[in-house]
Amino acid sequence: MKKEYTITVYTEDRVGIVTRIAVIFSRRKINIQQLNTSPSEVEGIHRFTIVIEETEENMQKLIRQIEKQVEVLKAYYHTNEEIIWQEMALYKVSSECITEKVKVERLLHEYGARAIAIRKDYIVFEVTGHREETEKLIRFFEPFGLVEFVRGARVAILKTSTGFHEKVKLFEEYNGLPNANSVQEHEVAIQ
Amino acid sequence: MDVTVKENPAETTQQRTSEKISGSQAVLEILIAENIKTIFGYPGGAIMPIYDALYDYNDRLDHVLVRHEQCAIHAAQGFARVNGDTGVVFATSGPGATNLVTGLADAMIDSTPVVCITGQVYAHLLGTDAFQETDVVNITTPVTKWNYQVTDAEEIPEILSRAFYIAKSGRPGPVLIDITKNAQLQLFEFKPYKKCTYIRSYRPKPIVREEYIREAAEVINGAKKPFVIFGQGVILGNAENEFCDFIEKTGIPAAWTILGLSALPTHHPLNVGMLGMHGNYGPNVLTNECDVLIAIGMRFDDRVTGRLDKYARQAKIIHLDIDPSEIDKNVKADIPVWGDCKETLPLLTELVNKRDHSEWLKKFRELQQKEFELCIDAELNPDGPILTMGEVIKFVNECAGDDAVIVSDVGQHQMVACRYANFKQSKSHVTSGGLGTMGFGLPAAIGAKLGAPEREVVAVVGDGGFQMTLQELGTIMQNNIAVKILVLNNHFLGMVRQWQQLFNEKRYSFTDIESPDFVTLANAYGIQSASVESREQLKKAVQKMIDHKGAYLLEVKVGKENNVFPMVPQGCSVSEIRLF
Repeated sequence: MKKEYTITVYTEDRVGIVTRIAVIFSRRKINIQQLNTSPSEVEGIHRFTIVIEETEENMQKLIRQIEKQVEVLKAYYHTNEEIIWQEMALYKVSSECITEKVKVERLLHEYGARAIAIRKDYIVFEVTGHREETEKLIRFFEPFGLVEFVRGARVAILKTSTGFHEKVKLFEEYNGLPNANSVQEHEVAIQ
Repeated sequence: MDVTVKENPAETTQQRTSEKISGSQAVLEILIAENIKTIFGYPGGAIMPIYDALYDYNDRLDHVLVRHEQCAIHAAQGFARVNGDTGVVFATSGPGATNLVTGLADAMIDSTPVVCITGQVYAHLLGTDAFQETDVVNITTPVTKWNYQVTDAEEIPEILSRAFYIAKSGRPGPVLIDITKNAQLQLFEFKPYKKCTYIRSYRPKPIVREEYIREAAEVINGAKKPFVIFGQGVILGNAENEFCDFIEKTGIPAAWTILGLSALPTHHPLNVGMLGMHGNYGPNVLTNECDVLIAIGMRFDDRVTGRLDKYARQAKIIHLDIDPSEIDKNVKADIPVWGDCKETLPLLTELVNKRDHSEWLKKFRELQQKEFELCIDAELNPDGPILTMGEVIKFVNECAGDDAVIVSDVGQHQMVACRYANFKQSKSHVTSGGLGTMGFGLPAAIGAKLGAPEREVVAVVGDGGFQMTLQELGTIMQNNIAVKILVLNNHFLGMVRQWQQLFNEKRYSFTDIESPDFVTLANAYGIQSASVESREQLKKAVQKMIDHKGAYLLEVKVGKENNVFPMVPQGCSVSEIRLF
């Protein structure tokens, strides 16, 4: 059964890696639902966060294909329960909503949203949270005239991770020798 | 990412002080330092500076001018496959580079170490649709193990050292380095070259896990009907001896994929033949009877497994592979033995008991006898006057000797060559296995001959595939390459026609193909040739071809509508293999 998974990939900082990773999915006709690229806790190492829907069996295969890329240091996949994650959304709403100020304030408080720009004709709200929260707010704003909506790609922190500094050391220690490869760590990571 | 290099005085023979040279010269100096002697290529505008530099390196590097870039990479593949070195290709930007794509895909799927160096337009023109500009790095991303675009000569030593390291280490594969023209021309300080031996993010081999070796040995020791299937991993790992030790100690029958062919001598008592769609009867049927299936350096291609949900369901699967992504990809392994089989096989051999499986082996031999009676006999000893591909291959193989290299193209003749040629040494058979690239045979044979000049090299090609790359007769002519070309002409695109006959009610849609007079054609290139169609002529003609010192083309007209059997029809289980 297909499920939502979050993939975390640590890579070297090089031109072209996005393509190398992206074609692994597109070749198998898998749609990347969300893709975020970011620096990681280790200088010079990039961290990709990718969200897709797939079966557990295919996830293992995909992770191995990603790790096979020369410039990928490590890849993991996790279910939503195994990560702490957030998605940020922006909403541009007609200023008319101010007329129902009380209601708006109550809801914004409820969702942890805040107004980040207030202009004569529109207001931009920001909310960060899980999918359901950002989606609920769309429905809330619709009656007031939702002019624009955009949601950023997910960022996620792994609950069990101890960070990548130690892993990088491990990679560097095994200078040229077959090293503590993906395998056992990977199996731990996916459980 | 850092390239850490181990100081090895032997590797930096030229202890020159730093001096300014061009990016192009640096490329050639690096090839020499990497022990490369042969380059296959074709010049053009964007790679002219490298060719200009090459003019002065004629004494240290052999460049073979091909007639089409696709053939440059196929030749480099043939070269790499027979001698184990990395094949090197030069091509220009735009069409030169895109012509490499088929060969890159072929080398990727067949794990062949090749480094392609392509010229590119000046860096300031990138993205402007300049003349002969094409985005070759993005085009080739899915079909290269690694690729990179160099825009500054300073990058050349580091990037090329990586290219050679990546192409050859771990599971080998093709690497493409695109160098802009300005970087080729740019003068820079070339420091003594150091080979790359480590890349932080790259793990050529997984760590060997002894618990799996122990587990595998236990299962093998308890097996009643174990069966070994092996692929090119044994050859790429230089593990032929380790492999032999393993099967000889355990007494387990072993069958090969077409890329594993020649890793184990044909007449080895435990060699039970070829797997897959046109493989032998015994190994296919008994795949579904064995109790332990030990797969070594092979990737369970669909042409080997047939229908997956009916493939070896009864067996415990032990899978040895250097590439972790191959484990569980198509067939779930009960025991994954990660690692280079050069390392894992001896560990396994040490732990397994000396066994004898002669009763089980006898089953293979019985089925082989059945296959002989119902299928092979008619192919090798036909009743009528019309020649079969099988008897021609058998005879050519006998004349050339079982230490000759056979390079086959793609189609019926390829399957027949795999089935009926005998080999006694490894790296003796070159073919396009995974990609099935028609036209591969002739250029790959050119590369094979240059890779193993002391050996007899016979290209076995069909009338279809030959016409895809026959312009390479020009390369053979110009460079005096003594390849023997056997064209098996059945006037059809035979494999497709066979499928049309069996599955499309003989609707021969565009599979009848006319050919030029091959003898005249060869003569136009100054290549001696003959054409035969009878058994009497055949023997003399083959002997003449083998005895001839230079290149030779022999066309043999064979039965038009002969089929290759046995056959596992697509979508069927390996045990549903048809003998006729």
